Amino acid sequence: MTLMRPVKPVGITGYGAYVPRYRLPGQAISDLWTGGNVAPPVNEKAVPGLDEDVATMSIEAARNAIARASYADPGFSPADLGAVWVGSESHPYAVKPTSTIVAEAIGATPYTQAADWQFACKAGTEAIQAAIGFVGSGMAAYALAIGMDAAQGRPGDALEYTAGAGGAAFVIGPAEHALVEIEGSVSYVTDTPDFWRRQYEKFPEHAGRFTGEPAYFHHITSSVTALLQAMNLSARDFAYAVFHQPNVKFPLKVGEELGFTREQLRPGLLVNEIGNTYAGSSVIGLTAILDIAQPGDRILLASFGSGAGSDAFCLRVKKTAPAKHVWTTREYVQRRTPIDYAQYARMKGNYKLN
Amino acid sequence: MEVARFWRTTGQRYRLTGEVCPNCGKPIFPPRDVCPVCTKEARTPFTFSGKGEVYSYSTIHVPPQGFERFAPYTVALVRLAEGPLVTAQLTDVDEAEVYIGMPVEMVTRVLREDGERGMLVYGYKFRPARPVRDDAPKSAAEPAHVSETVPDAPAEVGPSAAQVAMASATA
Amino acid sequence: MRDVSIIGIGQTPVGEHWDKSLRELGFQALHAAMNDSGVERVDALYVGNMLSGELTGQEHLGALIADFAGLRGIEAIKVEAACGSGAAALRVGYMAVASGLHDIVACVGVEKMTDQQSDTVTSALATAADAEYEALQGLSFVSINALLMRRYMHEYGYKKEDFANFAITAHANAMNNPYAMFHTPITREQFATAKPIADPINLLDSSPIADGAACVILAPTAIAKEFTGKPVRVRAMAIATDTLAIHDRRDPLYLEGGAISAQKAYAMANVGPSDIDLFEVHDAFTIMSALSLEAAGFAPRGQGVRLAMEGEIGLNGRIPITTMGGLKARGHPVGATGMYQIVEVVEQLREEAGANQVKNARLGMAQNIGGSGATVVTTILERL
Repeated sequence: MTLMRPVKPVGITGYGAYVPRYRLPGQAISDLWTGGNVAPPVNEKAVPGLDEDVATMSIEAARNAIARASYADPGFSPADLGAVWVGSESHPYAVKPTSTIVAEAIGATPYTQAADWQFACKAGTEAIQAAIGFVGSGMAAYALAIGMDAAQGRPGDALEYTAGAGGAAFVIGPAEHALVEIEGSVSYVTDTPDFWRRQYEKFPEHAGRFTGEPAYFHHITSSVTALLQAMNLSARDFAYAVFHQPNVKFPLKVGEELGFTREQLRPGLLVNEIGNTYAGSSVIGLTAILDIAQPGDRILLASFGSGAGSDAFCLRVKKTAPAKHVWTTREYVQRRTPIDYAQYARMKGNYKLN
Repeated sequence: MEVARFWRTTGQRYRLTGEVCPNCGKPIFPPRDVCPVCTKEARTPFTFSGKGEVYSYSTIHVPPQGFERFAPYTVALVRLAEGPLVTAQLTDVDEAEVYIGMPVEMVTRVLREDGERGMLVYGYKFRPARPVRDDAPKSAAEPAHVSETVPDAPAEVGPSAAQVAMASATA
Repeated sequence: MRDVSIIGIGQTPVGEHWDKSLRELGFQALHAAMNDSGVERVDALYVGNMLSGELTGQEHLGALIADFAGLRGIEAIKVEAACGSGAAALRVGYMAVASGLHDIVACVGVEKMTDQQSDTVTSALATAADAEYEALQGLSFVSINALLMRRYMHEYGYKKEDFANFAITAHANAMNNPYAMFHTPITREQFATAKPIADPINLLDSSPIADGAACVILAPTAIAKEFTGKPVRVRAMAIATDTLAIHDRRDPLYLEGGAISAQKAYAMANVGPSDIDLFEVHDAFTIMSALSLEAAGFAPRGQGVRLAMEGEIGLNGRIPITTMGGLKARGHPVGATGMYQIVEVVEQLREEAGANQVKNARLGMAQNIGGSGATVVTTILERL
């Protein structure tokens, strides 16, 4: 069975984004390492402040998601969360869960499931899929799934241009309270080593051009095609689509191959402004779409995780949440403080102080 | 490593859980078990909204040990909406922006770390509050840079640019 | 209760004593005070000190200094109340003599700060504040005072420069104190442009880290004249406390501990602020001078700075303060500071203050502050 659907209908009852305020222009990286000879693949990327990491960013996104969930379902309380799951490849600890920190901060402890997920850039969507199963089976009334990263790129490496920071959190709950119903999803996975980071290494390695066709394009195309087929839908049935966005080109290209127009993709395409937020990349794009989508709109979400796999989701908007007390994704994107490379190096801890 | 010391105060530090006096109703933060107003025992938990305003502030140029990597940074006395004053760092803010009366909101951030091997200590800080808006700016239909810089077809700027674009597909 | 007098004083110069250890400094001041009083033995020794554990890895100073001074066997303990440790040690000695438990008591204040680098000292000083809710948030001790200063300026409409005279006066007075750390006058211009430490506090608002020790010998007033022709009577003394953290105070700009201890001391001495001829204020930072002057009743709330602006704090002013340089220019070896204040008031009352002599000084007061006001010791001394 390719299409995954829970026994009970589930949906997104709350969503929230987070992007740190600092921005490093791609040009600054190009100037430093190539004398300006390389055109940066994105305009700028978001950089976490000195006191931020995946735990703190997840907490803020989770608080935003909870605020919206409380609107969608006034009876909802963080104590109702049966799971707090954080997907990331930059957890602050190698051993010790990020999820317990988040669960404690939002008031979900102690009777809750907590775990960290890891599958490169698709750790967030796999947490969502697991949450669908958790809620859809009746094991939990609500579950929190987060995709968040403070991505690392080796100084001077191609990844340094795009390795950004940010992500999104989702409260998954019963469809009757949801802002968005999750109609179905597909996960497509093979062992394709296009990108990795070995134990104890600080920076990831990648397989150059191999990361394109056999990895990114093949997996996303496969998951989305299978999803559309199983749901008997085509690109035209969707108001919006959002793909994993490691740069500007790839999501536009894969969207085009799958029959989506620029207009369907544009609202969810944030990479040029905040960089590739890895496990947060496709899901934060989804939050930007949800901020503007109208009831009835259908949305396609497809992540990509190196290693490799892609999770594709078919979503349908049921109602919208007012933005009175919650940060919108666009507000986070527009809250920007430019920094230079020296400040960036400091924030990334690249200077040894003691 | 002072693990237990930080662990026993996670509720206070992560989410501003203090107390409320069951006798006189005064909200108390930091928790102190004896109401500072009526001196009766007060142990009823109460979680603060995290909203407040700057009562006073100072930018630290000579930091204590363990905070060197943040310097210079701004600290403040924040008057919480529920009444108590709390001492905390400000974050996500430039010193020049801060003023007495500035509305702020609580965020949970890294307070300090015990070197590269020790534990991370998280706790409350405050940052400029998001203004309450009836209709916040929506995601722009045309994100600022996309329409200007994205070519219609993937254009190879040069070999090294192609390398950049391909490699950054990863993760 | 017996009446108590100071029969001898001693002090080391305040400064960077690279060649002297904590115990040597303590002994030097004790030795000087014993010589000054003529006593050969004391019944008890109380050592005021704040940071020996943090900075020297040495606690247990009572026995240490008693032994080093050749007084093995006597009662000796350390007394700690942050920057108020010096006067707190005097308080214990005073209680011992007044109660009749001991006749001749030595009170030493000693601090050795320069054995550590300044970042270690910065962290150590922060232990005077609330470790859980101030220091852990990244606040230095200076920044806590800076929060008070900023708010004070905001509420009462002062500019930073309005505080200049506190520092300028202290430096001017230190010129004639051979024990002072600084013998350099400062200008208004220098004050305005000094290096920031914790905005709005800069280097010239702040008292310096230093080494030093001071000592007084106490005896019942009834026998004081047997030792010295110029005994100085402890007319009144009181300690009061307040919250460690300034955020817990009913009003952060009001030194409630300072007010309570001053009122108690005035009541005990049956005098008021207008009877005081000089006031050794705890000018760790310029803002503390203003708050202490207000708490002790020398100025209404928000008007402490005005005394400095109008020149009323000079040697011939309405209320001379920091007459020998204060914490700012004599130096601030934290746990010794309270004892230096007492020694300096005694110098004034004995008319030994040289060029800085306050005319006809009969009643002198000192206020020693621990932390940013959590412990305040007010002492009123009288020339007999």
